[in-house]
Amino acid sequence: MHVTSPVREPLIQGGKTYADVTEDICRHVEGAPTKEWKIAFGISLIVLAYGTVCLAWTWWEGLGVWGLNKTVGWAWDITNFVWWVGIGHAGTLISAILLLFRQKWRTSINRAAEAMTIFAVLCAASFILMHMGRPWLAYWALPLPNAFGSLWVNFNSPLVWDVFAISTYFSVSLVFWYIGLIPDLATIRDRATSKVSRFMYGTFAMGWDGSAKTWARYEYISLILAGLSTPLVLSVHTIVSMDFATSVIPGWHTTIFPPYFVAGAIFSGFAMVQNLMLITRVVYRLEDYITLEHIETMNKVITLTGSVVGVAYITEFFIAWYGGVEYEYYAFFNRMTGPYWWAYWAMMTCNVISPQLFWSRTLRRSITFTFFISVVVNIGMWFERFVIIVTSLHRDYIPSSWTMFSPTRYDIGDYIFSFGLFFTLFLLFSKYLPVINMAEVKAVLRSTSAQLPGKIAGVAKVRQRGTAEPAYNKDKE
Amino acid sequence: MAELSGKYLVGVYDDDDTVLHAVPKLRKAGVKIKEVYSPFPIHGMDEALGHPRTRIGIAAFMFGVTGCCCALALMIWTMGIDWPMIIGGKDPISIPNYIPITFELTVLFTAFGMVTTFFVSNGLGPGTHAHPRFDERSTDNKFVMAIELGRNSMTVDEITRALRDSGAEEVNVKQF
Repeated sequence: MHVTSPVREPLIQGGKTYADVTEDICRHVEGAPTKEWKIAFGISLIVLAYGTVCLAWTWWEGLGVWGLNKTVGWAWDITNFVWWVGIGHAGTLISAILLLFRQKWRTSINRAAEAMTIFAVLCAASFILMHMGRPWLAYWALPLPNAFGSLWVNFNSPLVWDVFAISTYFSVSLVFWYIGLIPDLATIRDRATSKVSRFMYGTFAMGWDGSAKTWARYEYISLILAGLSTPLVLSVHTIVSMDFATSVIPGWHTTIFPPYFVAGAIFSGFAMVQNLMLITRVVYRLEDYITLEHIETMNKVITLTGSVVGVAYITEFFIAWYGGVEYEYYAFFNRMTGPYWWAYWAMMTCNVISPQLFWSRTLRRSITFTFFISVVVNIGMWFERFVIIVTSLHRDYIPSSWTMFSPTRYDIGDYIFSFGLFFTLFLLFSKYLPVINMAEVKAVLRSTSAQLPGKIAGVAKVRQRGTAEPAYNKDKE
Repeated sequence: MAELSGKYLVGVYDDDDTVLHAVPKLRKAGVKIKEVYSPFPIHGMDEALGHPRTRIGIAAFMFGVTGCCCALALMIWTMGIDWPMIIGGKDPISIPNYIPITFELTVLFTAFGMVTTFFVSNGLGPGTHAHPRFDERSTDNKFVMAIELGRNSMTVDEITRALRDSGAEEVNVKQF
């Protein structure tokens, strides 16, 4: 039985039929790349090339080219890593947690958000490789008996937990995303006119035929994958936070870190989804699918998680004072008023104050304002990681070790590399794969579309239903 | 019946509700339906067709248990038996520290095992260039019901009429 809720706006507008959905979403996959896409792709490639040169030099020369010193031994590398992992989380949240909660609005944005997750986790992983110094020995992080005999990795260390968490997260997200793509790849395969695209999409569609039995199993495994991904996404950022929390550095040794990091991850991830979706909907003319309702709902999530993050900032500050440990108290007081005060207050302004503006419905539904705030939130969340890491390290227990950190051109260049990688991959995805999950949109089309029930696909007949129609639908029919 | 083997009647529907309601009606009339193909999942279709409930969940659970055991065995062997070391004052075998990796490997084994089972049980695989045999529009906007004539005792006309009555927009014959 299909129920149209009278209290919500339709999620798909423009009176679409099933055929329209296929046509609208396949258009950019089947057509030649647009001028905008080519320009964006060209810029991304240039950025990636510049970043690659910086990265190659980093590896050639060693980590001495970074601005790290004896006191601040971790800075932009780990900041960027945590930031990118956090950005990835919104994709899994949208595809897994919202699937479990039966949120239909996820269907228009889950595909692109999941792609964003995968690319963001790749960017994060690149920083792990970078800060290893000798990336060709990265396999030492795996549980292999190394050359010195049967000496194994230390399974008690959060850094080894990270290796398992990030690689599991990446591979499970990739599988989840790919499984979701298969029905749409089959749709494109069956519409393809050229031999090459028929072969390529056919290869990746794996012989999908859309039989009832396959769909039943597909839905079942999607639900289990969502059930697995939900605790997985929480575990990943919890473990990332434990990289800090299990140490004894004032400012890091904080039990609040796991939930606080997870909330921050969802916060910045949703901001990035907003940025990408706002551009995608205009470039690919998908305004009927990614509507103001979607944007507003995501803004509500940003407000909620931004508030959680704000509460976490205040709580850790309160505990630093209430705990009575002078080092802890100094670390937090120093964040506010010390030499990095500007970073602290940038973080507070961007993350705590700016999302509160979304309490206004007008601002929440303004596209320009949403884009602006999303950029601000992303900047703020980068500062949050920078503040946690650098302000906690730059004041050591011994004042003679006190120092400052300034990034070199290679710190900046390696960060630029990750942007080049991310946008190059995202643009390739958005050209060659459907950015919206067609099968899922079609599945919720009737109950969430502006099209009246019963008129879809031109069929206007009274259907026999086992249960009574809701009064709202009856009125409309 | 021999001349009917490999011959199918294909009913093409425009609407998911219509095809969902057509299935029990046709089955009641004695038509044996081979399969229904659709561009998206139709809830209740597998029950209407009489497909047994999938047991892929049981497989997933078994893969999860395997992953959990492998992770614990790996850590207990390496940290506790092969090269025991006391790190941070923790016992060589300290299960609480093993929880994160045990969890991750349980998830990894479950996800990969379950998805592999899904591919194998549905005959899907890389390089399988199959496509909808009955109607290519079934991955776009049509709902397609396939009826194998060789397995039905009813005549072609009877089935065609039943399909039309149940709301099929087109009825085509396919021979493989």
